[in-house]
Amino acid sequence: MKGNEAVAEAAIRAGCKCFFGYPITPQNELPAYFAKKLQASGGVFLQAESEIAAINMVLGAASAGVRSMTSSSSPGISLKAEGISYIAGSDLPCVIVNVQRGGPGLGSIQPSQADYLQATKAMGHGDFHVIVYAPCSVQEMVDTVFKAFEIADLYRMPVMILADGLLGQMMEPVSFPDFTLSEPTKKWAADGHGGKRKKNIINSLFLQPDDLERTIRERFARYDEIKARETEAELYMTEDADIVLVAYGATARVVKSAVNLAREQGIKAGLVRPVTLWPFPEKELNEGAQNARALLCCEMSMGQMVDDVKLAINCSKPVTFYGRTGGSIPSPTEILEEIKRIGGVV
Amino acid sequence: MAVIFQKPKSLSDVTQHYCPGCTHGIIHRLIAEVIDDMDIEGETVGISPVGCSVLAYNYFNFDMIQAPHGRAPAVATGVKRARPDLFTFTYQGDGDLAAIGTAEMVHAASRGENITIIFVNNTIYGMTGGQMAPTTLSGQVTQTTPFGRDIKTAGYPIRVCEMLATLEGTAFARRVSVDTPQNVREAKKAIAKAFELQKNEAGFSIVEILSTCPTNWGLNPLNSLKRIREEVIPYYPLGVYKDKTKEGESS
Ligand SMILES: Cc1ncc(C[n+]2csc(CCOP(=O)(O)OP(=O)(O)O)c2C)c(N)n1
Ligand code: SF4
Ligand SMILES: [Mg+2]
Repeated sequence: MKGNEAVAEAAIRAGCKCFFGYPITPQNELPAYFAKKLQASGGVFLQAESEIAAINMVLGAASAGVRSMTSSSSPGISLKAEGISYIAGSDLPCVIVNVQRGGPGLGSIQPSQADYLQATKAMGHGDFHVIVYAPCSVQEMVDTVFKAFEIADLYRMPVMILADGLLGQMMEPVSFPDFTLSEPTKKWAADGHGGKRKKNIINSLFLQPDDLERTIRERFARYDEIKARETEAELYMTEDADIVLVAYGATARVVKSAVNLAREQGIKAGLVRPVTLWPFPEKELNEGAQNARALLCCEMSMGQMVDDVKLAINCSKPVTFYGRTGGSIPSPTEILEEIKRIGGVV
Repeated sequence: MAVIFQKPKSLSDVTQHYCPGCTHGIIHRLIAEVIDDMDIEGETVGISPVGCSVLAYNYFNFDMIQAPHGRAPAVATGVKRARPDLFTFTYQGDGDLAAIGTAEMVHAASRGENITIIFVNNTIYGMTGGQMAPTTLSGQVTQTTPFGRDIKTAGYPIRVCEMLATLEGTAFARRVSVDTPQNVREAKKAIAKAFELQKNEAGFSIVEILSTCPTNWGLNPLNSLKRIREEVIPYYPLGVYKDKTKEGESS
């Protein structure tokens, strides 16, 4: 199954009842799948007039307490930024998929990881975060979708799945586990008080500075909980690694191949793969890099994750970068060359 | 003793922040009265805009959502599609609806979305201190048209009801005013009709209400009402611009 379609199928199984989107390559198979299948499972598919409208439809449906989702690719995600900020500021759960393509501007339609900083640091104006998952296979995309809906409801916040054109277009065998839904009752929802409770207000406006500060601090206390409980990373061959590579998503797959090639040549390389990009797996990275002399960060960007890696290890070891941008995917041999190059330097 | 006048149940018992002589308050009351008359408070979700009426979520007694500037029709679409059994309306100013929110307005109408827009046209951006709105009249002095709106550079004021009436999806579009007791009664009828239409799943409805902004017009409340009659209504004629119901077709 294609990555994009698998995400849509997983979302339907995860109890997603509303999808609002707008066409953009390389994620078009995702809305197309919903268009074909969502209605049959009692849900709503709607092609909006823009990404702005789509994210605000998500805001409305999520306010009414219904599991909702939108997807797009880089330029469209920029347009959603306003809505995502309001959704975060209103403590609403939803799932957003970004099948990244090259940027800036119209960029390219090829795979890219150049929206890392946007997703992890500034997905809109104001003091807030979205949880960011970076799956690296079609199967993991499926598993992540389910988790994303659960986590979004649990912490009442937007969850982003940061994929890329490669993962979206890639065909892989996939199995759909039996999801047991644990959607909580949403007492806060604006779904009609029915004369049975006080009215609910979904709102991000707090005119008194103290009130706004209090809501933000409460949200950040929740973020601390998320950091403690939800941070995830995969460590691959790191126990004895001299050189630890750090990569996520599709790039991590290429890096894994490069690590295997290096090992065949007697170079002790390993991989730390952040699964959550926010929160960033600082503890896991330190654990994985314990015995390393140097770290090599690999991305399909100009090195947007490098600062996070340096900060996580407190700049205690040299961190270098190798990447391709604009829609090109680094090859295992390119990365192997880089491993050898820094292997000689340090 | 019989009670002949009281606060509608759907209106919260709080002090509203509107300026003296501002007709936002009258419009709130009319909406609340209609919701009471229809007995739908418990199933209503209102959407407040960004503008002077942003705090409308504090003033109504039913569930409310505060939408980003101009996006209320998309938010209402999300609510209605997710829960068609709910009753939902947006409350939007002219800047919110007819400038930044034009796309959301037009496409909600075009889809025949089963929602109602209460459009409060005061020909100005009230909340931000009186800048030109898409509805600002030719020659009208605002903070950003200090020499009066010049059509040559600022373009023409938009007539929203007339524009939306051209769309197949629009089931009902009517422009009313709240400048006289007679017109207030007509405005209530228009809101009631639009809300009934939604209950009957007839599609998109909009009620445009000409409203005052004494503060930014630089007029006292009485002269503001006079301005509605003498300057605003002539450019924005009151009337029914679309009515797909039987009543409308037979007239
Ligand atoms: C994205 C964005 N742009 C601009 C603003 C500033 N702003 C707040 S209210 C407003 C205009 C509101 O005017 P209108 O819709 O006519 O409502 P009124 O206050 O007249 O009732 C603007 C531009 C904002 N809050 N958000
Ligand atoms: S600024 Fe104008 S629209 Fe806003 S409350 Fe005052 S009079 Fe009403
Ligand atoms: Mg206005």
